[in-house]
Amino acid sequence: MTVADIIALLEQQFGPAVAAKGTDALDPFVTVDPARLVEVAAFLRDDPRLKFEILNDVSGVDYLETDPKKVAKAGFDPHLEIVYHLSSFSVPGRRFTVKVVLPRWKDGVAGQLPEVPTLSGVWRTADWQEREVYDLIGVKFLGHPDPTRILMNDDWVGHPLRKDYEFPLEYHGIRCR
Amino acid sequence: MGLLEGAMEDGFVVTSLEAAVNWARESSLWPMTFGLACCAIEMMATGAPRYDIDRFGAGAFRATPRQADLMIVAGTVNLKMAERVRRLYNQMPDPKFVIAMGACTCGGGPYFKYGYNVAKGVDLVVPVDVYVPGCPPRPEALLEGLMRVQDKIRKMREYHKGQTAEVPLPARTGGVLLPAELATPEKSFAFLTENKERAKPAK
Repeated sequence: MTVADIIALLEQQFGPAVAAKGTDALDPFVTVDPARLVEVAAFLRDDPRLKFEILNDVSGVDYLETDPKKVAKAGFDPHLEIVYHLSSFSVPGRRFTVKVVLPRWKDGVAGQLPEVPTLSGVWRTADWQEREVYDLIGVKFLGHPDPTRILMNDDWVGHPLRKDYEFPLEYHGIRCR
Repeated sequence: MGLLEGAMEDGFVVTSLEAAVNWARESSLWPMTFGLACCAIEMMATGAPRYDIDRFGAGAFRATPRQADLMIVAGTVNLKMAERVRRLYNQMPDPKFVIAMGACTCGGGPYFKYGYNVAKGVDLVVPVDVYVPGCPPRPEALLEGLMRVQDKIRKMREYHKGQTAEVPLPARTGGVLLPAELATPEKSFAFLTENKERAKPAK
């Protein structure tokens, strides 16, 4: 089953919830509506034609051009992406990528983290990976069993891998910059 | 045994108590087992037989700060760890000494600009006695740093730390005295050329 077949199957099953496709990308992907993400994930894992048993990685990407001179040429609007890399035990070598596009802030209010349903009920791997995305990029995973920071201290302010992140001047009496 | 040299006569040793205590102290520094990042590998190599930090009496790595008097901060100190480093330092008995090993502990190193979670030098966290730069420093450099600590101890006038009488001048610089035939660059070059000629295969 080729990547084009997988995308066709998903489109047939979920219709408009599976949107923009990158079939000519190095890692072919589909973009999924966050409202139906859990359904799509369960389908990808359980369908006998797909069998994506492994979630290799969950990562977050912050699309923001901070240099005002380069904004016009950047080629994208500011947004966040969550990227899920899948592969299969049953069919060795089969890989697929699912992306979710989110606004940088929920409802455009700075400080309100965007929300996406958790996949830790589908793949257990997602548990810690989603905590890392929450910690560093700042995305709220709804229904996550333990939505706390994983790398930074619990009382850390902000999400360091956001492009507009400001370094703290001082942390617990230690100069930071 | 520079201290006792020439002082031995007919089975007597004459020295000051201060010097004897300092000598004992500098010859049995107990470091804490404490590796944070890649510098710890070099610290382990320093402890291993090839470089053998035991030759300088500092090979007894203790697993608890309460038995140690030398803290070798080997590796990147991030902000989460910095509080623990300070706590461990406070648990060590006085007199205690700190070696900042590697570029990260000297001043942030490669994480200076974009390391959001790295303390820009361990001297922001605990007082540092000797800095050993390098990324990571070679075992010889760490041994040199250890000797600087020993120099510092030798100059101590009190039994506790904090009131060292003077800033210790480096007694060993690490410089090597060359033999007379290599003393100048020209002579050294001539020696090299001669050696190369001599190493050529005979026709």
